[in-house]
Amino acid sequence: MDLKLDHHTKDGIEVVDVEGEIDVYTAPRLRELLIELVNVGHYQLVVNMEKVEFLDSTGLGVLVGGLKRVRAHDGSLDLVCTQERILKIFRITGLTKVFGIHDSVDEAIAARKAEK
Amino acid sequence: MTMATVEMSFTPLPAHVRTARLVATAVARRSGVDEALLDEVRLAVGEACSRAVEAHQEHCPAEPVRVALTGTDGRFEVVVTDTAAQDGGATAVAGPGEAKPGAEAPGGGQPAAAGKPAQQTVPAELGLAVIEGLADDVKIARTKAGLSIRMSWPSAAAS
Repeated sequence: MDLKLDHHTKDGIEVVDVEGEIDVYTAPRLRELLIELVNVGHYQLVVNMEKVEFLDSTGLGVLVGGLKRVRAHDGSLDLVCTQERILKIFRITGLTKVFGIHDSVDEAIAARKAEK
Repeated sequence: MTMATVEMSFTPLPAHVRTARLVATAVARRSGVDEALLDEVRLAVGEACSRAVEAHQEHCPAEPVRVALTGTDGRFEVVVTDTAAQDGGATAVAGPGEAKPGAEAPGGGQPAAAGKPAQQTVPAELGLAVIEGLADDVKIARTKAGLSIRMSWPSAAAS
């Protein structure tokens, strides 16, 4: 299936809901959205990947790019993911150490607030 | 030489990588690859095809990317071949020392020394790293024609 993107604000943090497949074809749309959100001043992001069916290295690159952008503004980019097939890709590439990966959006937001 | 179970070639456009993934997964399933490994096949084939598409778009956008899928002797093998010969430098490097097809690129993620230094995007390198992490057996061969990524997984000893 194609990629569906949505976003909303929750407790002052911008939550990006991603659904479908993030690959070399669709990843540019996610990149554009993340850039757009940063450009309008959203530096605290949570990317909800619970409905992501496929993620490849292009998608990882976009997430790393997003993280780099928000960090330039002292921001954060956390992920929500419990799917083993997706988590495995983060593990293989060592990116579990780079991203905060949480079980739910609420947990990601709570963890972010606790750090402040 | 074993005849591939399924062969396909596609124009180097990102949109077709998904099709290649779907076909590879279907043939892997039919070849008896364990269900638990199908996700790995899907991802590794997608990575190899994405890399090839990127290389073709840069060097030879009119040439198709080729994928051969073979299920025999308890192995399911995928070979993704690009014909995007890196101009000059890389070919020269691959020449005397490791021109033989089958020469492995240890570490996988490292671009050829005399290729375009630092021009590789992070995802492209990451792609090879992901393939190495996923496939049961990987051989990356750089020939004069381009790069060939051969990967395989165990399958039910059919045929």
